[in-house]
Amino acid sequence: MRANPKDVNTGVYYIDGDVASGYGALAAGCKFVAGYPITPSTEAAEAFARIAPKAGAMFIQMEDELGSIAAVVGASWAGVKSMTITSGPGYSLMMETIGFGAMLETPFVLLNIQRGGPSTGVPTKTGQADMMQSRWGSHGDYELIALSPDSPQELFDYTIKAFNLAERYRCPVMIMSDECVGHMTEKVVIPPADEIEIEPRRFYAGPKDKYLPFKPDEDLIPKMAKAGDGYNLYISGLTHDERGYPAENGGCQSVYTKRLVDKIRLNKDKIIELKEEGLEDAEVVVISYGISSRVAVRGIEMAREEGIRVGSLRLVTVWPFPDERIAELAKKVKAFVVPEINYGQIAFEVERCSHGMANVILVPHGGAGVHHPDDIYNAIEYARRLEGRVEGVIEQKTRLERLVFEERIKLSE
Amino acid sequence: MGVKMAEIRFAGYGGQGIIRSGIIVGKAAAIYDNKFATMNQSFGPEARGGACSSQLVLSESKVLYPYVTVSDVLVAMSQAGYEKFEPELSEEGLLLIDEDLVKPKPPRGRIKVFSIPATRFAEELGNRIIANVVMLGFFTAVTKLVSKEGMEKAVADSVPKRFVKLNLEAFNRGYHYKR
Repeated sequence: MRANPKDVNTGVYYIDGDVASGYGALAAGCKFVAGYPITPSTEAAEAFARIAPKAGAMFIQMEDELGSIAAVVGASWAGVKSMTITSGPGYSLMMETIGFGAMLETPFVLLNIQRGGPSTGVPTKTGQADMMQSRWGSHGDYELIALSPDSPQELFDYTIKAFNLAERYRCPVMIMSDECVGHMTEKVVIPPADEIEIEPRRFYAGPKDKYLPFKPDEDLIPKMAKAGDGYNLYISGLTHDERGYPAENGGCQSVYTKRLVDKIRLNKDKIIELKEEGLEDAEVVVISYGISSRVAVRGIEMAREEGIRVGSLRLVTVWPFPDERIAELAKKVKAFVVPEINYGQIAFEVERCSHGMANVILVPHGGAGVHHPDDIYNAIEYARRLEGRVEGVIEQKTRLERLVFEERIKLSE
Repeated sequence: MGVKMAEIRFAGYGGQGIIRSGIIVGKAAAIYDNKFATMNQSFGPEARGGACSSQLVLSESKVLYPYVTVSDVLVAMSQAGYEKFEPELSEEGLLLIDEDLVKPKPPRGRIKVFSIPATRFAEELGNRIIANVVMLGFFTAVTKLVSKEGMEKAVADSVPKRFVKLNLEAFNRGYHYKR
């Protein structure tokens, strides 16, 4: 269905990624955001709070992140699309309830504007080190979806997509952005409502006394009902049967957790979005996501000027991971170069999917800044020269690391 | 790669409107002049007084790589900002300074220096908070990278309504300053 014109602030704006995401949430039909302010994500919550009342939506500043995510799960069960907005330390606090949300197959969106960690880290500066946390942060087996936009326009567009995916697959969807994109200001075009496709909540329509909140349809996804509308809703984090009643036995645990992972895994082809460029005859492929893909552009240009055949694979969807596409490319290319603002997270996934068929070069960055384009160029150039297969992931030193560790530049300002 | 027009750096203290300056020029270029502009900001945990900078890439086509590598224009509103970002300025670059706040060393290469007492003018107009807008007027006249009309519109819709007149006055004070 199309977006409601009341929710869409159609126009041309010059805004940052955070603000664009707040506008995107409202356009997607989000009626409830709960959050606790944290740099560098606060502008997204402020933007939503500013525009929400006119559209009959609500923002609540909760007492902390634990309360925020719990309120979001509750709001979703009350029948409205909901979201929370946070960054590193707040994200860590939310982990338990993310698992609760996944267990209860609750559609909601979490915007994480990543900053450098661990702990308080560098609040005003960037990082991409929560990628594995977004996949494995809560205990137990579950799958969820994570997206990684690389511009303010994409933060608008993919916030809408995140809501659509959350409703379609009844699961939490993470927008794993970063401070650079969140605080980057560019032109953002918000189209008219009738050009925005949104996925409505799939409500159960049968007789009330027959409703089974966890009975899946053929696509493995159960229909929802609104809490308070008179349906029997038994909602518990305990492993449950189709009625939602606790059923702590091996059979139920297997059937239930298998479905939690299968509803995403079996739909991977429909969920995953990649942006590919110049892959046809590439000998080296740069695999990147978020701000690192914008930075990689320059390194790739530099390599092409030297006659190196280098392609680009951008992970717009990071989870579920595009195992098959990477395995397929690994048979054809010499090496993958993976720049990321952490000390190796997605690079190891790329290695796993390469099955030893291509070399994998990690270009790490500790955070608080982005790579120098030379770092990526140097890695591409190295990857092309490297003969034979090297086991494991090869870590490339960056320009900054050489300055810090070899030339011993002054660290405190 | 896009057709690059200019890479611009604004530097100063938190509270001087350094990031706002980047937004206003970016908005004039991207919204009113129909170009492409990517603005990035850098600031510390302090709300006021800490080192602060913004960078703007202007282009005739979509900006892919979003950061300044060699700046064509450096606008310095503090000595610390000048010292930090002067080495990044191109040998043919333009250096714009608030002459009461920045004492530059003799310029390298063919760098051209343009000075204005922006903060002093702002104080004369009644509020030092608009020093950045005086500087933006000066910037517009010196660099000609963005149109005066576009800038006036961008200034006007970046400030509360009751301050539009004062800000446009500040902008024109800088724009018409004899250099």
